[in-house]
Amino acid sequence: MTETQIPVTVLTGYLGAGKTTLLNRILSENHGKKYAVVVNEFGEIGIDNDLIVESDEEIYEMNNGCVCCTVRGDLIRVVEGLMKRPGGFDGILVETTGLANPAPVAQTFFMDDDVRAKSRLDAVVTVADAMNLLTRLDDAPEAEEQIAFADVILLNKTDLVEPAHLAAVERRIRDINPHATIHRTERCAIDLDKVLDRGAFDLERILSLDPEFLEGEDHDHDHVHDENCGCGHDHHHDHDHDHHHHDHDHHDHHHHHPRHDDSVFSVSLRGGSLDPNKFFPWIQEVTQVEGPNILRLKGILSMDRDPDRYVLQGVHMIIEGTHQRPWAEDETRESRLVFIGRKLNEDALRKSFEACLMPAA
Amino acid sequence: MPTIQTFPLDAFVVAAQFIDDTPAFALGDGTVAVTDGPTAEKLGVHTGGLLAAARSQDGSLLVTTGDDGRVCAIDAEGRVGELASQPKKWIDQVACGPDGIIAYASGKQVFVRFADGRERVLQHERTAAGLAFAPKGLRLAVARYNGVSLWWVGTDAKPTEFEWKGSHLGVTFSPDGKNVITTMQENSLHGWRVADGGGHMRMSGYPGKVKSMSWSAKGRFLATSGAEMAVLWPFHFKDGPMGKQPLQLGTRDQIVTFVACHPTEEVVAIGYKDGMVVAVRFADGDQAILRKPDEGGAISALGWDKKGVRLAFGTEGGMAGVVDLAG
Repeated sequence: MTETQIPVTVLTGYLGAGKTTLLNRILSENHGKKYAVVVNEFGEIGIDNDLIVESDEEIYEMNNGCVCCTVRGDLIRVVEGLMKRPGGFDGILVETTGLANPAPVAQTFFMDDDVRAKSRLDAVVTVADAMNLLTRLDDAPEAEEQIAFADVILLNKTDLVEPAHLAAVERRIRDINPHATIHRTERCAIDLDKVLDRGAFDLERILSLDPEFLEGEDHDHDHVHDENCGCGHDHHHDHDHDHHHHDHDHHDHHHHHPRHDDSVFSVSLRGGSLDPNKFFPWIQEVTQVEGPNILRLKGILSMDRDPDRYVLQGVHMIIEGTHQRPWAEDETRESRLVFIGRKLNEDALRKSFEACLMPAA
Repeated sequence: MPTIQTFPLDAFVVAAQFIDDTPAFALGDGTVAVTDGPTAEKLGVHTGGLLAAARSQDGSLLVTTGDDGRVCAIDAEGRVGELASQPKKWIDQVACGPDGIIAYASGKQVFVRFADGRERVLQHERTAAGLAFAPKGLRLAVARYNGVSLWWVGTDAKPTEFEWKGSHLGVTFSPDGKNVITTMQENSLHGWRVADGGGHMRMSGYPGKVKSMSWSAKGRFLATSGAEMAVLWPFHFKDGPMGKQPLQLGTRDQIVTFVACHPTEEVVAIGYKDGMVVAVRFADGDQAILRKPDEGGAISALGWDKKGVRLAFGTEGGMAGVVDLAG
């Protein structure tokens, strides 16, 4: 038996955003792949499929003294059960309830050894309703968390809003989550390969997914993405390259909307090579102390005297990192780190991060 | 010398048991393979995957549950009967008690089926992760988040709740009925005295989750998987295993994935991640290799026959077999 890990896609989205529509598409489209689907209720799924599992979200606190280390106990059991099936399947989709915080699902794939051995978190896909998202973000912390956690965001129901409104929604999304890939859709029409098997949590693939992550904030592009993602045309070759996530710089960071005290936002840090003896204790401390406030973090880092790029990701207090590949000769060695969270002290993070940088030669 | 007979069954072996004297294997593909001499016939039992299996206490039936929502029973002749059906539910836990009683669970509901076909539902606030009947009386333990619930299934009384923070997964009663022990998400075991819910026996130090527990003959030790040896906690002292060193048998550089104590002797069969199976005597740690590391992956099931002469085994990768110690 091979020890291949089955990719798991987490589907989130606030009530009414169109999550079930996407799920039904995935199940009904003829993509030649077999997915096991974990849902909360059979109710709205219009497809008969013996691999649909109904499961109550069961959130467990890990008994390790860390309040933010929560996992989905039911998922551990479902994954275990699925692994006994023969022939296998190509992936697992986990639909969360509209009011769910995605953290426990994501953390399950880091915290449980058995689940880790047999499956891997592929991406968090969030369906957002273009018409109502701005209101939801103001009144529902779960909606913010779903955007914050997303690797891929389907901005749905774009046909129901004016272009100016759509642009405002995308700016707001970028404030929360600068590095998710946004797709504009109508009725969730999208090439499924943009949603499934993304490898967003795969440290080896972090860069291939979002090249703009390294491109820096010195671009002044204000648009997010102007292809019509629902058109069904094959534009994925250039798709990831001609839009830019950073529609603001640090100085005008959040003036698009009034931010209340516990709004989710991102802090992007950038510098040259880091002193590993300073950086690792620092990131440990930051994630220990600020863990409950940090929803996600991602980094591509240059360590002093290390020929390899170091990539890092985290969910709350859990972080994992690895040497990814050697820096190429023509590549500028630099370090980038993005935190997405609440109540983050941007100045303090920046200063303490900068204190980990090697002195300029 | 022990002889070994193998059956390539091509599906995850969920349980390896003897139905009466016939070796049988419950498989993840929804079938049960019942052997007949050198051959094994796979019988279609569940339409989806088979999730759990347990042998009836009299040894005459193998009870299986699946993601098709059915509870089935297979006898030594390969006759398949349906005991219960809960459409659209995944039934992933099953336990057999005295007098033909069966308990099975799906999510937060535990169903108790009496021998006469009567059923009752025990509702829980959290998912039932593990089930075990007490050796005597109709008492059922249900492992859950933050503890274990003990029901008298023949009465309408509320369950007795034993609490301990954390997610409890598997559960077992000691053969004397005095202790109830759970396996936990946090790579440890927790035990309570059944009489008063006290004791709080904490057994930890495992590098991985404990997925297999087995009481030794006469109930002096509880053997467990999850470490690079079988860890056997002594229960013949007044305070149970607290403050005592466990026996550590069959130490290798491989994680133990399954343990099954011999039905009459103080001997444990140990299955490892690399497919090896050994039998080790408690008294002197003397061991016999019953199966060398082989194809099929980790040992996922072991089961002795009544006399303790034959041992059935199965692996995650679908290899199964029977070791005959008499040769």
